Amino acid sequence: MAKIAMYWGAGCGGCDVSLLGIHEALLDLLDVLEIVFWPCATDFKYEDLEKMKDKSIDVAFYNGAIRTEENEHIAKLLRKKAKLLVAYGSCASKGCVIGLANLSTKEDIFDAAYLHNESTKNPDGIVPQEKAGDLELPAILPYLKTLDQVVEVDAVIPGCPPPTPVLVEALNALLEGKTTFGKEVALCDECPRKDTKPDKIEITKFYRWHEKEDNGDCFLAQNMICMGPATRAGCGGECIAANIPCTGCMGTVSRVKDQGASMMSAIASLMEEEMDEEKERELIASIHDMVGTFYKYSAARLLPKGRLKDES
Amino acid sequence: MSFEPKIVAFLCNWCAYAGADMAGTSRIKYPANVVPIRVMCSGRVDPEFVLDAFEKGADGVFIGGCHPGDCHYVSGNYRTRKRVIMMKKLLQEMGINPARLRLEWVSATEGKKFATVIEEFVNEIKELGPSPEGE
Amino acid sequence: MKVSIDPITRLEGHGRIEIFLNDKGNVDRAYMQIPELRGFEQFCRGRKAEDMPIITARICGVCPEAHHVAAAKALDRAFHAEPPETAKKLRELLYNAYYFYDHCLHLYYLGGIDVLLGDVPKEERNVIGLIRKFGLEVGKEVIKHRRYAMEIVKTLGGREIHPVSSIPGGVSKGLTEEERADIEKKAEECIDFATTTMNIFKEVFGSKRWNEMLGLDSMQTYYMGMVDKKNRANYYDGDIRVVSPDGKEFAKIKPDDIFKYVEETVEEWTYVKFPYLKKVGWKGFTDGMESGIYRVGPLGRLNVADGMNTKLAMKEFTEFKKNGPVHETFGYYQARLIEMLNAAERMYELSRDSGITGTDLRTMPGEPGDGIGVVEAARGTLIHHYKLDKNGLVEEVNLIVATTNNNAAINMSVANAARKVIKKGKVDDILLNKVESAFRCYDPCLACASHALGETPLVANIHWKGKVYKRLEKNV
Ligand code: SF4
Ligand code: SF4
Ligand code: SF4
Ligand code: FES
Repeated sequence: MAKIAMYWGAGCGGCDVSLLGIHEALLDLLDVLEIVFWPCATDFKYEDLEKMKDKSIDVAFYNGAIRTEENEHIAKLLRKKAKLLVAYGSCASKGCVIGLANLSTKEDIFDAAYLHNESTKNPDGIVPQEKAGDLELPAILPYLKTLDQVVEVDAVIPGCPPPTPVLVEALNALLEGKTTFGKEVALCDECPRKDTKPDKIEITKFYRWHEKEDNGDCFLAQNMICMGPATRAGCGGECIAANIPCTGCMGTVSRVKDQGASMMSAIASLMEEEMDEEKERELIASIHDMVGTFYKYSAARLLPKGRLKDES
Repeated sequence: MSFEPKIVAFLCNWCAYAGADMAGTSRIKYPANVVPIRVMCSGRVDPEFVLDAFEKGADGVFIGGCHPGDCHYVSGNYRTRKRVIMMKKLLQEMGINPARLRLEWVSATEGKKFATVIEEFVNEIKELGPSPEGE
Repeated sequence: MKVSIDPITRLEGHGRIEIFLNDKGNVDRAYMQIPELRGFEQFCRGRKAEDMPIITARICGVCPEAHHVAAAKALDRAFHAEPPETAKKLRELLYNAYYFYDHCLHLYYLGGIDVLLGDVPKEERNVIGLIRKFGLEVGKEVIKHRRYAMEIVKTLGGREIHPVSSIPGGVSKGLTEEERADIEKKAEECIDFATTTMNIFKEVFGSKRWNEMLGLDSMQTYYMGMVDKKNRANYYDGDIRVVSPDGKEFAKIKPDDIFKYVEETVEEWTYVKFPYLKKVGWKGFTDGMESGIYRVGPLGRLNVADGMNTKLAMKEFTEFKKNGPVHETFGYYQARLIEMLNAAERMYELSRDSGITGTDLRTMPGEPGDGIGVVEAARGTLIHHYKLDKNGLVEEVNLIVATTNNNAAINMSVANAARKVIKKGKVDDILLNKVESAFRCYDPCLACASHALGETPLVANIHWKGKVYKRLEKNV
């Protein structure tokens, strides 16, 4: 029986839920796996985890990002106790949408929540403190970190949350001790609209998908941004099947480091080649929220060191 | 001590790099803050390289390519221009001053121009101070 | 004293109860703290409006549909794009499927364990223990029907977790006849399963143990929930009705006016705010007509409603409310069971609606502006408010999340239960679980991530004579 641990850090819980996505097969899995630490499933405690021998867990899954000191502590503990430490899902591996918070300081976040907020009555300008009377709140780190920014990671299961087929393949591989799995091609390769993707696309105007009728063709061919070319295959194009362009939750194939850069590169080659510079500027200015578009699931890594703003 | 910025310059082999060479052989002085990286074409400069340079501590990134119409690979520099416009918008959104990224067309014969724009750029970055990214 | 629950995190895994005992070892004060903040209200600024249903789904992986749809409704308003009838029905169908699986999870995997298994040792207090007691067949049925509902979500929303199909002015995907027929079949089975579930729980209701549970905590609070034009409970759309502790209508609020009625206050010892009824005012942790504390969720919704919109659920509702509003906190369970049945019936009804396979799916957006979207998340009223700039980018975001509405009430329930069961400093795992069972009634989002196989993670520190006298960790 393989010994398994699962922990969530700062995340939405969807990764934990995704493990249930295998439905009835879960009952069979319980025959071959021994869960030694899974806060939501068992009563094992931090204490128990600390007492375990080093490297006594076969595979430890960490989902969610690292936002508090407690998250960081458990990440280190699991690293020590586990043979394989796996970043499960987009939060753990790339920071996911909550990584967008790294473009703001902790002060900005507090301000939006407590000080300048329409339904909040706060005449004295009170904001939470780590110590107030006999109650304490654990420290929130100044910036969000991904798992590999804290400890060494052996494998990544991509996705927000990992789609069931990706998960099943990953579980099988990991239980055999393999740390590489998944498809090393772009999503376009398995996209349901792939046949309508022309060899040459010349974008002359960018449309946002809420403002244009969808004709069922490749979104890029319709001049709508689809992250397919910069996103790793595996989900089968779930969003596209529901007529929404891919927003990139699977991250990139392993040889590409930076998903946003890879998409910007792709977009540049999809615009008319010899365009007038003014026109170019105008067209690019119409791509709103580049960070949110190209780095929706990986912004945490854009400013890993999270320094002060540049005056501009 | 005054701040000496670290600048990474991606220079296309056929024009800008040759231009830099020209500046060298003609003994035209330009600041020593620049780490030149030769690429075959400015079109080879992936946005990832630029972000990587900033992440590794560059205070400014310079890209030098052939003049429009002169690219050895026909349209590499047009692509670069689009990327740079995009990158600048991204940098702005990230909170990094887009002036830290600069694209210039420098031909093989423009040694003087090369020296001038580099000097300008270095001064500009000196003014801006160290990059908030990097350590 | 007050307690914190973070409105914008899923609260999973990071809950804490602090109980303070007096010299005699009886409970003086108790707190539940949820110490996390992810900052959605800040980082959603500057995002493209149409991304909001996708981004805010990530507030919670257990109820992503609630945020997804609330966001889309806020955008319908902001872009002045009233969705076509078919689109509304499709969203409502997705929504009821979500209700079904979410309530199912709470009843079989989370809080329901307290009711169905009672005071068993902690090793057995989880779904595996439940399967042991009720048999593998029951376990398989639970998984199967939960799967059905999630498959319906995927058919309509594109993904099982974090759906994508709701867009400003409608939905991106319609329903084929084949898909419709499949949903109809599954929904019909779900009605049977909801009835079975009701019967399983009814075996406990009426027992001595159940009466003890009802006695653990009862509070005379205001209640809030959404109703349709006939004042029947509705999860997807309608007005917000508030009733006072005596069951009389206190207010009926158009979603756009919600902030005229609800206000929040900030305290420095908590990351989270406290909503209350503005017109009554914040009076601290106390119930009654004079206190602005209100409760939401299944009990809130049924207490404000005059009826249900489906037959079987209506019958149960009449029985449940025969003596007026129900104030016992464990009444949440009965209310949840009725809602689960209602959701199954409503799925079935909608799947047979002649308009459901229509092809008019969206209204194209107009000029961007300001929009409030309100839905009933499984755990209570959920409010999204966006201000958009002229480019359709988000300028400001304000969110009041379901569990936050119950923030004050949950803490009072924890303290009430603690006072009932902890005496003379005697504390053990079983007693502590009784304290926990009080907050589990609400199915707070604290439980979100832990609905896999068991209990809610929690640390309980018992403070006595100035120091931590006992520290009990559960599932942390
Ligand atoms: S990766 Fe996605 S599903 Fe998983 S915890 Fe993060 S937001 Fe939730
Ligand atoms: S760009 Fe998008 S729509 Fe087009 S083929 Fe690739 S994944 Fe499919
Ligand atoms: S289509 Fe893109 S965003 Fe959607 S699930 Fe697949 S990878 Fe994720
Ligand atoms: S070869 Fe110089 S820019 Fe392409």
